Amino acid sequence: MYWNPKYECMPREEIKELQLERLRNTLERAYYNVPHYRKVMQEVGFEPEDLKSLDDLRRLPFTSKKDLRDNYPYGMFAVPLSEVVRIHSSSGTTGKPTVVGYTRNDINVWAEIMARTLTTAGVKKSDVIQNAYGYGLFTGGLGVHYGAERIGATIIPVSGGNTKRQVMIMKDYGTTVLTCTPSYSLHIAETIEEMGISKEELKLRIGIFGAEPWSENMRREIEDRLKLTALDIYGLSEIIGPGVAIECPHKNGLHVQEDHFIVEVIDPKTGEVLPPGERGELVFTSLTKEALPMIRYRTGDISRLIEEPCPCGRTSVRIGRIEGRTDDMIIIRGVNVFPSQIEHVLLEIGQIEPHYQLVIDRVGYLDVLEVHVEVSEKMFSDDVKSLEILSKKIQNEIESTLGISVKVKLVEPKTIERSEGKAKRIIDKRKI
Amino acid sequence: MLVKQLSVFLENTPGRLYSVTSILAENNVQIKALMLADTADFGVLRLIVNEPEKTLKILQENGYAAKITNAIAVEVCDSPFKKMQEVLKVLSEKNINVEYMYAFSGDVPGKALVVFRVDDIESAIAHLKELV
Repeated sequence: MYWNPKYECMPREEIKELQLERLRNTLERAYYNVPHYRKVMQEVGFEPEDLKSLDDLRRLPFTSKKDLRDNYPYGMFAVPLSEVVRIHSSSGTTGKPTVVGYTRNDINVWAEIMARTLTTAGVKKSDVIQNAYGYGLFTGGLGVHYGAERIGATIIPVSGGNTKRQVMIMKDYGTTVLTCTPSYSLHIAETIEEMGISKEELKLRIGIFGAEPWSENMRREIEDRLKLTALDIYGLSEIIGPGVAIECPHKNGLHVQEDHFIVEVIDPKTGEVLPPGERGELVFTSLTKEALPMIRYRTGDISRLIEEPCPCGRTSVRIGRIEGRTDDMIIIRGVNVFPSQIEHVLLEIGQIEPHYQLVIDRVGYLDVLEVHVEVSEKMFSDDVKSLEILSKKIQNEIESTLGISVKVKLVEPKTIERSEGKAKRIIDKRKI
Repeated sequence: MLVKQLSVFLENTPGRLYSVTSILAENNVQIKALMLADTADFGVLRLIVNEPEKTLKILQENGYAAKITNAIAVEVCDSPFKKMQEVLKVLSEKNINVEYMYAFSGDVPGKALVVFRVDDIESAIAHLKELV
């Protein structure tokens, strides 16, 4: 079942031609409208007309999250703000978020991509989609929403949280498709069991899970407990949001929407492009984005390319599961967290030594983040109350920065393990 | 009278108290009194020792967050409650808040010391002078 067979099943040669044509447009748009892109292209002596083949893309510098931050908030936009109809943003590393914008046409393209994505996963017009991705600045909620409306399915915009209500809706409204993070799906499964609801009372058939890394073991467990087909979805706000790639029911890699994005895998150390099959960092170039063209954006996600044809008939290249990160970013309940964000909060509060450690664990099926902060001479007082107030303050500040709940624990000085003089920042106990 | 009390930050986990008292024992620190306040995650150990400054240095060298704080010690004898009541009455009248208190037997046989930690120590000492 295809949403747009012309593009989904386009012969490889034609896809490449289309990519080259669209890449040329993108480079022109970026070069003439975004000072940053013009500057970096001039630095390597590249002008848009120098693009003769797709291989020439390799001559262009990478774009990183830092470039977005340095041009905060709108400096990377290639259109005036009057053409931008929507803003989304993701958390940033130093308190400054990454801002992304969409023109009316970008929103339209995104809905098309998501319609394709949902259809690839097997979603039909007759389905009832319970969308438990967060609505708001996070792209997950609205991304799925527009795609679902495009194919004419029934969407329930429940957003995240309130798990008992999720289960009640799932049962009473006859949900057939669940969209959320994989760990949240297991929390829902657990709640279903606790509420004494049998699987036969539910009509679930497909789950589309993403925004955090997961494993084949987790897939088996989710499928077993929720009695549905669990599929992996990939996306990031800098590129467009959810829908950059999706698994089909053959579960052998995520199809990349190649008429809208070019994917490369590079050696994160040398920047060299790696051949299909080799593990490296995913790099995406947008081909149709108007408001925020992205040229060779380094995602920090580690995966590989799969070129073998898929039995589903789609001709696109696929990416394997996300296997890790090139940086210290961690994903907790679908939210991207950088240790530097927490360090920033601690320094802002003052009187605290930035000796801290993040301990992440999965309790039941929910990720729990504990922030351990070493008590310094300066912050220590004999007064238990003021220590408790300080601990609460740290908690509140971190929660308002990250947007997720955390537990703060004050620990004794020099108890956080140092390796090579640098503290070990992250202890991830989750088994996924 | 004013006493120098030593406060030490401890995590609320098994073995932490033993670890700090071991260091004190190795250094022949005489502990006259000891009191432990606890919360879910951490505790504050308060000590009255023979040489508070030296002990503070030892603890800091061993990586503890420690501090010397001033407290008031009042000697009580035969009818401790009567004496304690008198002290508390003065503090109450002067609107001085008692944060915590503990008692220990002093050097003089048959007598005990009650340690008060209050929010306004100068005012407390001034008003208690007449009494003590």
